[in-house]
Amino acid sequence: MAEHVSTYYVPPPSRWPVVGSVALLILASGFILLLDKMPVGPYVMALGAAILVYMILGWFGNVVRENQAGLLEGQVDASFRWGMVWFIFSEVMFFAGFFGALFYARNIAVPWLAEAQLLWPGYNGQWPTSGPGITEAFTPMGAWGIPAINTLILLSSGATVTWAHWGMKRGSRSQIKLGLILTIVLGLVFLALQAHEYAEAAFTIKTGIYGATFYMLTGFHGLHVTLGAIMLTVITGRVFAGHFTPEHHFGFEAVSWYWHFVDVVWLLLFIFVYWL
Amino acid sequence: MESTMTAVHHEEHPSGLARWLTTTNHKDIGTLYLWFSFAMFLFAGSLAMLIRAELFQPGLQLLSPAVFNQLTALHGLIMIFGAIMPAFVGFANWQVPLMIGAPDMAFPRLNNWSFWLLPAAATLLIASFFAPGGAMAAGWTMYPPLFIQGGISYDMTILAIHILGLSSIMGAINIVTTILNLRAPGMKLMMMPLFVWTWLITAYLLVAVMPVLASVITMLLTDRHFGTHFFSAAGGGDPVMFQHIFWFFGHPEVYIMILPAFGIISTIIPTFARKKLFGYTSMVYAVASIALLSFIVWAHHMFTTGMPVAGQLFFMYSTMLIAIPTGVKVFNWVATLWRGSISFETPMLFALAVVCLFTIGGFSGLVLALVPVDIQLQDTYYVVAHFHYVLFSGAAMSIMGGVYYWLPKWTGHMYDETLGKWHFWLTAVAFNVTFFPMHFLGLAGMPRRIPDYALQFADFNRIASVGAFVLGLAQLLFLYVVVKCIRGGFAAGERPWDGADTLEWTLTSPPPYHSFTTPPNLSK
Repeated sequence: MAEHVSTYYVPPPSRWPVVGSVALLILASGFILLLDKMPVGPYVMALGAAILVYMILGWFGNVVRENQAGLLEGQVDASFRWGMVWFIFSEVMFFAGFFGALFYARNIAVPWLAEAQLLWPGYNGQWPTSGPGITEAFTPMGAWGIPAINTLILLSSGATVTWAHWGMKRGSRSQIKLGLILTIVLGLVFLALQAHEYAEAAFTIKTGIYGATFYMLTGFHGLHVTLGAIMLTVITGRVFAGHFTPEHHFGFEAVSWYWHFVDVVWLLLFIFVYWL
Repeated sequence: MESTMTAVHHEEHPSGLARWLTTTNHKDIGTLYLWFSFAMFLFAGSLAMLIRAELFQPGLQLLSPAVFNQLTALHGLIMIFGAIMPAFVGFANWQVPLMIGAPDMAFPRLNNWSFWLLPAAATLLIASFFAPGGAMAAGWTMYPPLFIQGGISYDMTILAIHILGLSSIMGAINIVTTILNLRAPGMKLMMMPLFVWTWLITAYLLVAVMPVLASVITMLLTDRHFGTHFFSAAGGGDPVMFQHIFWFFGHPEVYIMILPAFGIISTIIPTFARKKLFGYTSMVYAVASIALLSFIVWAHHMFTTGMPVAGQLFFMYSTMLIAIPTGVKVFNWVATLWRGSISFETPMLFALAVVCLFTIGGFSGLVLALVPVDIQLQDTYYVVAHFHYVLFSGAAMSIMGGVYYWLPKWTGHMYDETLGKWHFWLTAVAFNVTFFPMHFLGLAGMPRRIPDYALQFADFNRIASVGAFVLGLAQLLFLYVVVKCIRGGFAAGERPWDGADTLEWTLTSPPPYHSFTTPPNLSK
């Protein structure tokens, strides 16, 4: 427990949370309308997304201003650290759900289908499989082309963000800037290669359980890389605006934790989705 | 100096609706949570009244089978996500900062968002009744393939649960952070009131399993609309896989709804027995081991849906293990009462009833854990009886007891003791009249989730329906007692219960808008 307990900063009433709730309600309603083929859906979604972006800018703007005013130090800073750790844990569990589906399908559901020869005679259950009912041939994604390169890229980006962190601690602004920009560029190259891989893939999300687990796992990972890249960009902007000190830069650290988490997920994807 | 200035600053807040929309105060947000959950309790309760009206006698009276299925599905979903969980978060909001001597929750704005997401999700769920084809009718467990085949209301359900999950995860992160980081100086973990302990562990469970629920309902969504084959055997998927992932969330979810109840009971019983809680340390370890065990018992919900015998044995034994820490808790409660100087105010009546009735629910759970028995009883009214003994007489009656216990602190007034006792006895008796016969119905083979039934089940169903109507009406009395207490009553003073020893009783009733600007120093 920090020492300056009595100065714990409790923010004044804020309209941003309720704006965010309205945004999510509109966004969700638009998505539902879109899914059920109503032409108004995308417009409703766009409205919801716009309000959500407005809320995020407003809310985070508030936090950054409070931070610059020195309100978020000591015990509040420790709260942010705990909060980020638990948030990343929740993300781990989100991916665990999809990895669980992959392991269950591969090791239990598919072998059972192959054993039950009454239903689909001749089905051998060899992984990767699109299941017994989908007979079109497909080529699974190999591990040693783009995925291996992407592994190197993401691992390097983990190194560059750590190098930027060292710069932060030494107070070398140019090292921070260079490290962050390199990290963002590597993240964008990763995303571009991933998009290229999707475009060239000889199967789709409809290609049975293999296609489903492949695209859902890599897709959600790609979404997280995108989010991480946006967060890194914001942090870079703040570095250029002169924010952060060698002692006090949790915004930066939170994003780098997140980036390392995305890295680790990718390593698991590389091993279990592409390689084995 | 600065702290005093911020404190003064926050005494000012907008009035009227704007106060509640923008508040960052843990007490305001706790109040919002509690009222929201009570509204959902009455709404989902009235769905149950319709169910019991239809089941009053054999044959189809009031509802079509399709509507009946919508009612059972939404009754379960709204009671769990709309009534019980938000009620406990409401308690956490009010009590955790007060009990650990904190100025507020760790993330006050996030706290506000966690609450205001709930009405958004409730809007989607309630609106789904008016969607083409009516509300979701695949049961609160949303099993495919039935769930995959539904209409737009099924999508509304998925998105509503995503929003509810977001709210729960953010709320849980807030509570964990508050407990770990904002305790008054000197309050070590093993000095925390047991209610705070149970919430720490509950919040851990929430962060661990709500994302898993989010992942599995996302798979439902893509199976419905994007051509994935997670739950279709033709594509190499498996509908049983849904059940595995769902119950990996679902079983810890059961404890998410009961552990804070244990915390409330462990607060009330020592107060009215005027003794310290017996076996504090063993209570903490019991709660922690219940939470850990909850991750390895999930498949006992699916003994009949296909599993190797080795799997059935594993999940049977791991489930029975849970009886040990639960037994420790019940033993400690009874040992706390032993030679206590007991008085029977309304909160204590609720707490004692919970100890007795929850134990019945625990025992019927043990019966259901036995594979050969469960294969007979799966999807019968025995299961309905079991989980209502756990969730109504465990969770919901603990919530009521907790409300009576802390109402004097929250409002500054004593509630009407006579009416409170009336509410208790009506609730306790009507609850048993409603749900005890369901054990017999289940053992006799009556399946759950059916709008019509064979003639031999008529008598017990009629008794259950009468009990249910009384139980429902009794909750209006609860509403009246609470409103009456808010509007006035004898002044409660700082500490109306002479056996209460937690920090909130050192503050005025109601506590100042900004409690513990200077934390109490507990280090000796």
